[in-house]
Amino acid sequence: MRLTCPFCGTRDRREFTYRGDAVGLSRPASTEWGPDWDDYLHNRDNPAGETRELWYHDACGAWIEVTRDTLTHEVAGSRPVAEARR
Amino acid sequence: MARLIAKGPFDGVLPLEEGAVRVSAVDPGPITFVRPLHGQDEAVSAALEKATGAALPAPGTVATGRSARALWCGPGAALVLGAAVEDLPGAAIVDQSDGWAVARVEGADASAVLARLTPLDLRPAGFGAGQTARTLLGHMTAQITPVGENAFEVMVFRSMAESFVHELRRAMGFVAGRARIG
Amino acid sequence: MRLEGRGLVDRDRPVRFSFDGTDYHGFRGDTVASALLASGVRLMGRSFKYHRPRGVVTASSAEPNALLTIGSGAGQRPNARATMEEIFDGLETRSQNAWPSLRYDAMEVNDLLSPFLSAGFYYKTFMWPKRAWEALYEPIIRRAAGLGALSGETARDENEKAFAHCDLLVIGAGPTGLMAALAAARAGADVILAEEEARAGGRLLSEAEEVGGLPGVQWVGSVLGELAAMPNVRLMERTTVTGAYDQGTFGALERVARHVREARGAPRECFWRIAAKQAVLATGALERGIAFPGNDRPGVMQAGAVRTYLHRYGVAAGKRVAVFGNNDDAHRTARDLAEAGVRVLGLIDARPGVEGPEGIPTYAGARVTGTWGRMGLTAIHLDGAGAPRQLNVDCLAVSGGWDPAVHLACHHGGRPVWREEIAAFVAPEGAVPGLRPAGAAAGVFDTGGCLADGVRAAGEALDGLGLTAPDVPAPEAEAGGYRVTPLWQVPGRGRAWLDLQNDVTVKDVKLAARENFRSVEHMKRYTTQGMATDQGKGSNVNALAVLAEATGRTIPQTGTTTFRPPYVPVSISAMGAGASGAGFAPERRTVSDAASRAMGAPMIEAGLWFRPSYFPRAGERTWRDACDREVKMVRGQVGVCDVSTLGKIEVVGPDAGAFLDFLYTGTMSKLAVGRVRYGLMLREDGHVMDDGTAARLAEDRYLVTTTTAAAGQVMAHMEFAAQALRPELDVALTSVTEHWAQFAVAGPEAGRLMATAVDEMPELAFMGCTPAVICGVPGRVFRISFCGELGFEIAVPARYGESLFRLLVSQAEALGGGAYGMEALNVMRIEKGFITHAEIHGRVTAFDIGMQGMMSTKKDFIGRAAATRPGLTEDREELIGLRPVGAAKAINAGAHLFAEGAAPIRENDQGYVTSNCYSPTLGTVLALGFLRNGRARHGERIVAEDGLRGHRTLCEVTGPVAFDPGGERMRG
Repeated sequence: MRLTCPFCGTRDRREFTYRGDAVGLSRPASTEWGPDWDDYLHNRDNPAGETRELWYHDACGAWIEVTRDTLTHEVAGSRPVAEARR
Repeated sequence: MARLIAKGPFDGVLPLEEGAVRVSAVDPGPITFVRPLHGQDEAVSAALEKATGAALPAPGTVATGRSARALWCGPGAALVLGAAVEDLPGAAIVDQSDGWAVARVEGADASAVLARLTPLDLRPAGFGAGQTARTLLGHMTAQITPVGENAFEVMVFRSMAESFVHELRRAMGFVAGRARIG
Repeated sequence: MRLEGRGLVDRDRPVRFSFDGTDYHGFRGDTVASALLASGVRLMGRSFKYHRPRGVVTASSAEPNALLTIGSGAGQRPNARATMEEIFDGLETRSQNAWPSLRYDAMEVNDLLSPFLSAGFYYKTFMWPKRAWEALYEPIIRRAAGLGALSGETARDENEKAFAHCDLLVIGAGPTGLMAALAAARAGADVILAEEEARAGGRLLSEAEEVGGLPGVQWVGSVLGELAAMPNVRLMERTTVTGAYDQGTFGALERVARHVREARGAPRECFWRIAAKQAVLATGALERGIAFPGNDRPGVMQAGAVRTYLHRYGVAAGKRVAVFGNNDDAHRTARDLAEAGVRVLGLIDARPGVEGPEGIPTYAGARVTGTWGRMGLTAIHLDGAGAPRQLNVDCLAVSGGWDPAVHLACHHGGRPVWREEIAAFVAPEGAVPGLRPAGAAAGVFDTGGCLADGVRAAGEALDGLGLTAPDVPAPEAEAGGYRVTPLWQVPGRGRAWLDLQNDVTVKDVKLAARENFRSVEHMKRYTTQGMATDQGKGSNVNALAVLAEATGRTIPQTGTTTFRPPYVPVSISAMGAGASGAGFAPERRTVSDAASRAMGAPMIEAGLWFRPSYFPRAGERTWRDACDREVKMVRGQVGVCDVSTLGKIEVVGPDAGAFLDFLYTGTMSKLAVGRVRYGLMLREDGHVMDDGTAARLAEDRYLVTTTTAAAGQVMAHMEFAAQALRPELDVALTSVTEHWAQFAVAGPEAGRLMATAVDEMPELAFMGCTPAVICGVPGRVFRISFCGELGFEIAVPARYGESLFRLLVSQAEALGGGAYGMEALNVMRIEKGFITHAEIHGRVTAFDIGMQGMMSTKKDFIGRAAATRPGLTEDREELIGLRPVGAAKAINAGAHLFAEGAAPIRENDQGYVTSNCYSPTLGTVLALGFLRNGRARHGERIVAEDGLRGHRTLCEVTGPVAFDPGGERMRG
């Protein structure tokens, strides 16, 4: 498997670490526990198809958002997390 | 008061030579991590260029100046090698001079040896003069920079210098062995 | 039998090797199989289940029968295919799965029991009693059935792995692959041409054909010559592409030095990871058999393999040969053998009305219905109008047709496509992005067609690369002529074998269908058809055809099983080459490593680092002696410890304080310059991730420390916070762990020791930090303590670290102290109730460790919201200390806590012990642990029950801090 770091280009998967769904970018603003936090921490979709996920390029330290298809494994694109924030 | 004695990361373990490859320790001089603060990229780049001749490098590249080289080392950041950078307004600067073990891997089979250890595409068409890469070497984070025909500069964390030499020695032995059996 | 003047082996290079202790001769270029056949050896193995005598069937990596064990001891290699092992002087090979010998195998009794040993027999038979499965049935079955064995010794790490990159990977160097590589190379693409065999050429080495007016072998040579002269081409012979992975990544196994006696420093094998932008699948086709009764005797071979032995190795597979087939290709075998002077007694073509080559008795519409010969074929029985009842032959060449080698094209889950006119599955287009099936793999079965298809596939690949395809005309070659009428099985008396490697017969597959294992995947698991080293390469299509017939479906309706990597067996020692011993993971060495080892310190791993366990001195008999002495030394005089392994991260920028406020539970932005504060980091789920200190070096600069093991994780966590959660904060992070060597100096005499090393040692209050000059070198001094004594940490650039360590230790020794290791450090921190990752193991909260007061309510921080959720703040297991009631040698870490008198069962579990030690300071065993509502239970008695080691201790619950609870000693 190969992923594209927006800074370093396409690299072997072993240079990256997976960190879950890109929902991790949408941190709730509230400091009180509530359903929004439950969704943020625990509730995940399991899509057959396009998914957005977070990867860490250990080599250069960039956190990136990768758009990937869970059926075909096709990688549609990647961008720095700062650009991907919703 | 006693005096402290300096020791290099590869003292006693390099140089190393086998087959068509030689690995030697490099003293890169001072190493400084430089990262412009928000909105300061151009100012910092200009100041760095004025001080050393090397501007801030674009991702994956090296800027070479009179007294220093600036290696891209991560989003928005560079390692400046060769000249001390002590004052650079608008930038976060951190001394890294003793954090890295720097070696030169050269010879006709240099890229064949490195191809045993790094998943990086080392083909000269895509990775030549003026470029640099953050990647893996074995299980180690490494920065690899082509520094001439069949020559690479490889940087790994100082504490991993011996593991680096272990990996290189093994790969060099195999590459040389392949040549022996034809 | 060797035929003079034929074959590509080097007649000037005779080679001697052994098989089952007997010496044989062959030539350089022979495989074990070709050399044994040349020597008249047909019996090469015993079958898996019934111990039937078996001979070589193929001349390829798909060989099911001729599996050998090569070498002995640590280098022993089982299940080596005789068809792939090249001979060299001194090669020693042994047959497998036979005792006492291949010819007289006692386990042949299984064959007589075969009526009772059909598919699924042990699922049905060995059900009861349950206990007997492990004790009795399984060991016996394992001994009776099986392939080769490992030696049991640790394998030598004699392989390598490597990475390669190319524009175009051409898989297979037959006519298709050679043309594809040539066309792409001329266009300037970087090409890797991978060929499984020792020699490129594919079927052209096995046929008497002309290409472009040249004998096929010569044409191959001319193409290879041109490719070799191009710097953009890498030919990788002896390299099997084993798997197609995502984004153009391929796995490949190269047999680098399997064909020589001495590797001379070369690896035996290399496992390649190849990243290719485009790929051409030119893997050719594999011949399949026909399931007729008795089709497993040594001497029954694939017709194409018989031609390979003839043309490539100059070996006649038999003296009296018959050919049995259902397609035109079989005719070539009869023709070529006859031309070479081998007696061909008959061509049996199941298709009525076909004509054979001139001069060869041809029995159209006839079939082979039985065979004779215990250790090797002696005769075949025929059925058909005009055919004799029997032919006395020692070799029967069989062709049931050809199956494209589609495997790699299906590794992403794509299914092969059935093509009726060739009665075969072909590789699907587009199932692996960028991989283009071509030639025989795509169902093109004539040489001319393959040459043209190679050019076509290369052109498409070049398009994908943005390169212009050159005009490369395909040379003239044989065209057309493959017609086949499916023939999967021939009914009759006796067993008709489908899967020779797993001893699966037509009857077994029918039984599976009858018992409702109708899915091909179920049939496979029930019968074991298609498993083991050959993965059913020669039998899968026949087996599913039989299943289709038995279930009343068509072949495409029945479908194939899933194709998964690897295409051929790959040893773990090749995939993991170099990863044992020092190559398992980087070994991180501190600057004091050599000095510590020289002092006799045993080193222990902490993350990837090596740290000294203790520093033994003369007269100390156990680690405890050294540890107790080191603790007393630090508490009484002064000790020195290398703490460089702790993660150190500099946080720089105008928003550094605000950023750390977001990361830590406490407030760091209010910390004064020159001060240090203890901090707790939570994960976003409210549990403790790590602890450490933050030192404010300047208004816009902090130095953050992490625990040794969590340094990498914390750095990634902080980067995530900076890049993803708080990008508006103006802050830069970088690890300085490697730049600084740092030593703890602790004990009542620490101040005196510091004065000897630091030029003008400044006054420094507890939890203060300052730049300092250390023996002339600019560095840093911190006044912090992890052992509860007056303590400093002193940091210099790493190049001076070893020198400073030696100096500090010698000065400490002069003050009655010395170096101390991890054991003493651990004892002292337990005495002080300081936590490590033994306590903050991922399931504990700040509340659990009594640090809920450190969670600020005035700001947001990572983990704040989740830490307050229901369940994390009440009725928890809380950090406590434990001491034994009465004399006890230990409270074991890992023990669980139970009320006195309660049964030690899960329902009664009250908590557990995380850390333990003997405290020489207090003269007692101490432990830390977690106990339900433990903070309210100090003074209670509780039992620490270690069921694993059979140890129980009655304890008193205490606070976590056993020594100097007021902290007067470290505050000084």
